[in-house]
Amino acid sequence: MNKTTEKNTYTVLFAVGMVIIVGVILAGLFGGLRSQITENQRKEKQQNILFAMGINQSYLSDRKEDAINFVPPTEAEKLYKEFIKKEYVLQDGKMTESNEAFDIDVAREQKKAAADEDYKQKLPLYVGEYKGEEYYIVPVYGKGLWDAIWGYIALEEDLKTVKGVYFDHKGETPGLGANITQAYFQEDFTGEEIFDGDKFTGIEVAKGNNDPTNQRKNDHRVDAIAGATITGNGVTAMIKNDLKNYLPYFDKIK
Amino acid sequence: MAEVAEASKEVKVKEPSEPLFSKKNKKLITDPLLDNNPITLQVLGICSALAITAELKASIVMSISVLFVLGVGNVVISLMRNIIPSKIRIIVQLVVVATLVIVVDLVLKAFAYELSKTLSVFVGLIITNCIIMGRFEAFALGNGPWKSFLDGIGNAAGYGLILIIVGFFRELLGSGTLLGFPVLGDPIEKTGLYALGYENNGFMLLSPMALIIVGIIIWIQRSQNKSLIENP
Repeated sequence: MNKTTEKNTYTVLFAVGMVIIVGVILAGLFGGLRSQITENQRKEKQQNILFAMGINQSYLSDRKEDAINFVPPTEAEKLYKEFIKKEYVLQDGKMTESNEAFDIDVAREQKKAAADEDYKQKLPLYVGEYKGEEYYIVPVYGKGLWDAIWGYIALEEDLKTVKGVYFDHKGETPGLGANITQAYFQEDFTGEEIFDGDKFTGIEVAKGNNDPTNQRKNDHRVDAIAGATITGNGVTAMIKNDLKNYLPYFDKIK
Repeated sequence: MAEVAEASKEVKVKEPSEPLFSKKNKKLITDPLLDNNPITLQVLGICSALAITAELKASIVMSISVLFVLGVGNVVISLMRNIIPSKIRIIVQLVVVATLVIVVDLVLKAFAYELSKTLSVFVGLIITNCIIMGRFEAFALGNGPWKSFLDGIGNAAGYGLILIIVGFFRELLGSGTLLGFPVLGDPIEKTGLYALGYENNGFMLLSPMALIIVGIIIWIQRSQNKSLIENP
């Protein structure tokens, strides 16, 4: 082995050079692939929104399946246009129909609103129509145990009953918190109500509610996942906090 | 210094005289496939073998990803073997693996998005796959690029072979499909094999069954080649 490679200055210079080269390579690659990746994420969002309102693979093939099955990404754009009739941007008490709604970054809006009390948070609302029924789809965003969790909640025309939900996460524990993406957890939300009479309650991911098969649809609670307490609490908080912002607008729609 | 230079010259003269696919070089590829398989004999990379083999497709993609990372990584490390400061060689190895893994991750995100969601955590885990660091440290640091390339391909193929065998059985017996196509009939409509009362084994989809399948492979392998059995 060459002796110069053992010197401290050489070691430091090598490390610095390596980091710069690797940084340039990765930055270049990311720049080149970014448009493709954003396009994929766009399609995924469309798939998620359609899924929440009940448009999934089984809708296309007329077969009942219990797994999470999105419409194929190639069809997402077309079906999204077909079923999502209106997109609203809600801000400062006003509802504006605008196709900017799709591009609103819910996470960033929440951050802005948290940092600046005077900031009027922009809220997106998607209105879908399927078999003559209207559905209102609300995106939600919150914190799980390790990282971000988010989802879409589709409400029926009465703006009380949940039609369907979709949740996703960035890095919850596989097999525990990550199971919020599973059908068995998400199906429980269907039919639950977010209002108790006139009082807004949200839906609680509750432990020990003695209703594991979710027979009681009017208790505003669904059965939690064992071992995923904090992720579950995150889902509860996310639904409650984010839907609350929509309440004044819901009054208007009604 | 002069001696070192001379010694390295001698080695350089020797290398081209060896054909690209000499017996020794071929062994670098074939050995890890069976007699020195990273999973069944060196018991490395078990973690990912248990985690992602519920579907054949995920197994294949993971194998290809590791093939790429280990093949390219071994060559990169081998080319740099004389300039890597030995004090930080493990860090250099980690940086090389991490870079390649990020490349794989970005490419998957761009061209196989759904798959990248299924594999998300595990692609990151390639970094910690002991096979890769093991080959860098044990082989690439001491051998030329071509040999290192063959060694990387061989070890990744040996790893991939087991992954694909396990994935094949787990998907077939657990979900009744292969690469997502129903090959045994429709479990809901009760056609094909299901008409005879066959049921999918849901346990196959859970990780413990992967361990059992790997165990069976080890058993068969050692019953065929007695020299692989360690002395009690």
